[in-house]
Amino acid sequence: MTSATAFKRWRVKEPSIIPGFGLTLGFSLAYLSLIILIPLAGLVWRASSLSGAELLAILTDARTLAALKVSFGTALIAAAVNAVFGVLICWVLVRYDFPGRRLIDAMVDLPFALPTAVAGISLSALYAPQGWIGAWFAPFGIRIAYTPIGITIALIFIGLPFVVRTVQPVMEEIDRDVEEAAATLGANRFQTVFKVLLPGLAPAILTGFALAFARGVGEYGSVVFIAGNIPYVSEIAPLLIVIRLEEFNYAGATAIATIMLAISFAMLLVINLIQAWSRARYGHD
Amino acid sequence: MDVSVSHVTKEFARFPALNDVSLDIHSGELIALLGPSGSGKTTLLRLIAGLDQPTDGQILFGGEDASHKSVQERNIGFVFQHYALFRHMTVAENIGFGLKVRPAAARPPKTEIRRRVGELLEMIQLSGLEKRYPNQLSGGQRQRVALARAMAIEPRVLLLDEPFGALDAKVRKELRKWLRDFHDRTGHTTVFVTHDQEEALELADRVVVMSQGRIEQVGSADDVYDRPSSPFVHRFIGEASEVAVRMEDGEVWIDDRTVGLKADGNGPARLFFRPHDLELLTGCGGCFEGVVVGSRRLAGARRLEVELGGGRHRVEIDVPVDHPAAMKSGLNFRPRHWRVFPVAG
Repeated sequence: MTSATAFKRWRVKEPSIIPGFGLTLGFSLAYLSLIILIPLAGLVWRASSLSGAELLAILTDARTLAALKVSFGTALIAAAVNAVFGVLICWVLVRYDFPGRRLIDAMVDLPFALPTAVAGISLSALYAPQGWIGAWFAPFGIRIAYTPIGITIALIFIGLPFVVRTVQPVMEEIDRDVEEAAATLGANRFQTVFKVLLPGLAPAILTGFALAFARGVGEYGSVVFIAGNIPYVSEIAPLLIVIRLEEFNYAGATAIATIMLAISFAMLLVINLIQAWSRARYGHD
Repeated sequence: MDVSVSHVTKEFARFPALNDVSLDIHSGELIALLGPSGSGKTTLLRLIAGLDQPTDGQILFGGEDASHKSVQERNIGFVFQHYALFRHMTVAENIGFGLKVRPAAARPPKTEIRRRVGELLEMIQLSGLEKRYPNQLSGGQRQRVALARAMAIEPRVLLLDEPFGALDAKVRKELRKWLRDFHDRTGHTTVFVTHDQEEALELADRVVVMSQGRIEQVGSADDVYDRPSSPFVHRFIGEASEVAVRMEDGEVWIDDRTVGLKADGNGPARLFFRPHDLELLTGCGGCFEGVVVGSRRLAGARRLEVELGGGRHRVEIDVPVDHPAAMKSGLNFRPRHWRVFPVAG
């Protein structure tokens, strides 16, 4: 009897009449733990073997700070650029019908599929001072490859499909009615786009931005070839981790990794909070 | 504002959606465009609004050709079936949108916009809800906000596309009455599209009955119900029983018998009457004589299926529930009002 009531108290209230809630929730939690939580916990545990002073020393090390700045700075700029031009590409793909539209649509996915090293090598060949594109900028003293500009370009390449694929389905769902309503009220095209359509797309654009940013922070393969990897200038944090590992400085590597994890988590949390707020306010689905 | 549609044709990919349509709408009138789906009623409304351009013909606003003016220039108010509210804006921002997007020279100051929005909210009886978002409103409230938003720009003509189509029956009835009051108070020239004849007859000063891209009849509720000008209108508005007849010697004949109705003309025709609008007779020379083959109970009457002329024709008539005729196998009747339309060819 007592065990029965104790069991009852333990039961989570089933939120739906669909059976299998316990089983599926249990599976999801076990799976997420195995795939995501345990490795991350291992990382934090490893970093915690350092004393506070040691950790602080690694984090305030000028090289670490420079690498983190390069990583997060370029990822932010690249995600912002992708948010603008990705939406533009979505608009073209959704609103116009032209020969080759499906081909371009498929092309957007290429950065997903291409091995990142291949992308990195071809980008650095193109943007090097002797490369096809780099040669146009070299006479003006603008170096693209082997500088943070090059890193940003690689991250723009990698992040584009995240924005396009997130925004496209939402844009396809926009009701023609809403645009026509704006027109009957006297709004011109510019006002319709900026006051009516884009605010409605904002949550999707923000999600795409967050995904592209997260990917950019963690990107390694395509960046190391074009970055030039000059310490304090164009060295990204993931590369610094690899360098520390090669020096058998595991504690140093995990410390940098942990701080990256913390910053990424904080930024994604903020973006998600903004979205939750907009969802509650406008009733986006 | 008078609106005049003159010989307008609209083709979508070679398929004519409107075929040489002409219509005069008088200032201050409340007009219903009524027809089944595919009749071209929404196309006509969108052409008046300027959301589509006619393939041929002219649309005049107060005698001035508006055919090539853009939607923005026409200054019309348009209400959509599914409201089309801006869901990232509050009720007040939605209503004020039309004023806020005006070019700086024509834009009223902020306080003036706020005052107008307040007035309109009062008019649609939603004062106090100005800070809500559309998804926090019921369907009926959303449609009233859509109406207020359209009215805010002081349109010359108010156009409504199936305004009550997405609402449930009770709200629909309430809003119908409310729209009639609203129109009587503001006196705007109003055109609304509907496929609900009850709505059209109850609400409109004049009803435009449309079918297959043409206007079948324009008239008051009495006109289109009592004096339908074509078999289509008779079938579409209200209930109709019809039977194939012949006109000869000023009489209507079913096969080889006269039925006691006078008609001018000669040749084959179809006779229409309302199932409920007839008198039952006991024995007759010259009336409808039929055999009851089926009986259904309607709310306030009994509907009989009657065979005429030895089974060659079948019509439906309504008789009072307690009328003995419902129990008998044979009966005689004569419609009180009827229409005969000659059959072409």
